[in-house]
Amino acid sequence: MDFTFTDDQLTFREAVSRFLMTEAAPERLREIWETDTGRSPELRKNIAEQGLTALSVPEDCGGLGMDDVAWALMTQELGYYAIPDSLADTAYVAAGLITGLPAAARAGWLTRIADGSIRIAVAHPVNPLVADANPADLLLLAHDDEVHAVPRDQVEVEPNPSIDLSRRLARVRWTPATATRIADGEAGRTLWAQTLNRGALSTAGQLLGLAQRMLDLSVDYVAQRKQFGKPIGSFQAVKHHLADVATRIEFAKPVLYRAAYALAHGEAGADARVSHAKLACGEAAWLAARHGIQVHGAMGYTWEVDLQMFMKRAWALDAAWGDRGYHKARVADAILADGAALGPGHTFEE
Amino acid sequence: MDLAYTPRQKAFREEVRAWLAANLPREPLASYDTREGFEQHREWERKLFDARLSMVIWPEALGGRGCDLIEWLIFEEEYYGAGAPMRVNQNGQLLLGPTLIEFGTEEQKARFLPRMASSEDMWAQGWSEPNAGSDMAAITSKAILSADGTHYVVNGQKTWSTRASFADWLFGLFRSDPASSRHHGLSYLAVPLDAEGVTIRPIQALNGKQAFAEIFFDDVKVPVENRIGDEGQGWHVAMATAGFERGLLLRSPARFQYTARKLVELYKANRKVADRDPSIRDAVIEAWTGTEAYALSAYHTVGRLAKGARIGAEASTNKIYWSELDLKMHETAMRILGPFAELTGDAPAAVEAARWLDGFLFAQAGPIYAGTNEIQRNIIAERMLGLPK
Repeated sequence: MDFTFTDDQLTFREAVSRFLMTEAAPERLREIWETDTGRSPELRKNIAEQGLTALSVPEDCGGLGMDDVAWALMTQELGYYAIPDSLADTAYVAAGLITGLPAAARAGWLTRIADGSIRIAVAHPVNPLVADANPADLLLLAHDDEVHAVPRDQVEVEPNPSIDLSRRLARVRWTPATATRIADGEAGRTLWAQTLNRGALSTAGQLLGLAQRMLDLSVDYVAQRKQFGKPIGSFQAVKHHLADVATRIEFAKPVLYRAAYALAHGEAGADARVSHAKLACGEAAWLAARHGIQVHGAMGYTWEVDLQMFMKRAWALDAAWGDRGYHKARVADAILADGAALGPGHTFEE
Repeated sequence: MDLAYTPRQKAFREEVRAWLAANLPREPLASYDTREGFEQHREWERKLFDARLSMVIWPEALGGRGCDLIEWLIFEEEYYGAGAPMRVNQNGQLLLGPTLIEFGTEEQKARFLPRMASSEDMWAQGWSEPNAGSDMAAITSKAILSADGTHYVVNGQKTWSTRASFADWLFGLFRSDPASSRHHGLSYLAVPLDAEGVTIRPIQALNGKQAFAEIFFDDVKVPVENRIGDEGQGWHVAMATAGFERGLLLRSPARFQYTARKLVELYKANRKVADRDPSIRDAVIEAWTGTEAYALSAYHTVGRLAKGARIGAEASTNKIYWSELDLKMHETAMRILGPFAELTGDAPAAVEAARWLDGFLFAQAGPIYAGTNEIQRNIIAERMLGLPK
């Protein structure tokens, strides 16, 4: 029993953080916001060069073969630096789905994910709109239980702007064809179910990273902003707002890690664990936004101050890959079921 | 990360489970806030001790079993999962115990710890004073060293001392340098409560029981060998204890997970009535998510400790988290029970012998004792987030 990360995992996270700190500074993200696609070829190239697109890809396809547990750390960094959706969607969610296909059906996509030459949008039915459909090279689309892999030029894409300018959402119209079908029946159903859990875990990790970023920005702000002759961070009402955020983050982290492990090991109770993580991280992020804007005062309501970038992303991602009602229902199904294994001694064993 | 228990850990769980199944009291014990219940709990503690299960994390030589913290969590899961009695001597065992192990002399450890593990000695705390509550450094009770250096003469008053009416010993902080102020010049002493000059006046809690007491010291002689840590270093020694208190040991996750399980059962048994208010279902779900999060955090922290990390100010997040969670769970139970919630254990129509009401009343104290949650939030803001004083 060891519920901690290895030194290698923590060192890796540290390296990713250092890389993104310079590559994805808020000024850079604001520039990318202004572009049509909302995506930067240069950032994409640098991310691929760092090997970040290759994390999930099995080693025999040129990747690093990392599991969901590594992504629990990685996605927090992606959230902390508000990295747009396509990286995690391609390198984790799509890579996971494709890895679940029979080898013959993978069509060389994994190698291309690893070298960063393909962008894949994943259209799970739980999301009414598809993130990054427009700049994608390939879309993974659902038709009932079937999984279809459809090139971008075979679908019709209608952009639907989000308040988070890093999110490029679209409604996708397409016609299912036998030629694009890569899985169906029980296999397709399983793939979509696993994909939902990966998407939700990825989003949960990003929400937690966003929560930490908003807390850090708020701590910096209240330490330097002075009123009544002293930093506003010395006032208890302000301190307690931020202490509550820190507490919420502290108790969301291990929930995320537990969910990642459940996914990596295909546990029977993984759905409830992932939903718990999504709820806990989403609530932490919304509280960080709420208290963050409050302690920033009017500055928090401006375009100029960076807080808005992270708040909007937190508000948006909370409902991505299953909103709170969806995930709460999954938790309720698990714990209210007859014979559910609850209480002391069941945190790691059914 | 490897979330499988080892064969040794599984065997330990089985052993504890089997022992509890064979030895749990058949009838629930009376409240340990009464003399009768206190002594019943002392007997139960003795039984645990005889099976080397009262303080599993202490070394064998001190009456424990030398378990690591994972095994301790397993023990707690089995103990509370079985609905076993509350631990009457936990303030001594879990607050003073670790302090003695860290700061006590070999003589003190041998003298105090085995008798504490067996509950032959029951311990009360002596921190708060009438004018030193949240501001604990305002302590004025004095312990002045005699001219021959053999003993302290203690004068003053302590208050809010849990179950002190029934206890044998008190540990706490006293001002040994009368010229000092704040957290300087304090010493940490163990005081026998049957010593001449000690007067204990029970304070009736809102449940009508003698849950705590105030203690008056009138020229009480305390041998110098009862000082724990160096003279004048009491604050430092006490802070280590306070850290443990806020941290894991005093409130292991299992007791809250047990409450969550009971709450789910209560909700399912009364679903028709409860579902008239949809927020109740939400709160029941949050009981499970909240207690699981607390358990996961404990395992994560224990794992980090095993790798050499220290518990710092983040321990204060624990205190806030479990106390507010416990309160919320009991509030939810009261709402489910509706007009039956107010009934005491003596009421023929009481549900589950009014266990939820008792828990609800005690849960009110959680955000107050062991450092109020406002103080914890200050600690988090200043020491974890680095905000200015």
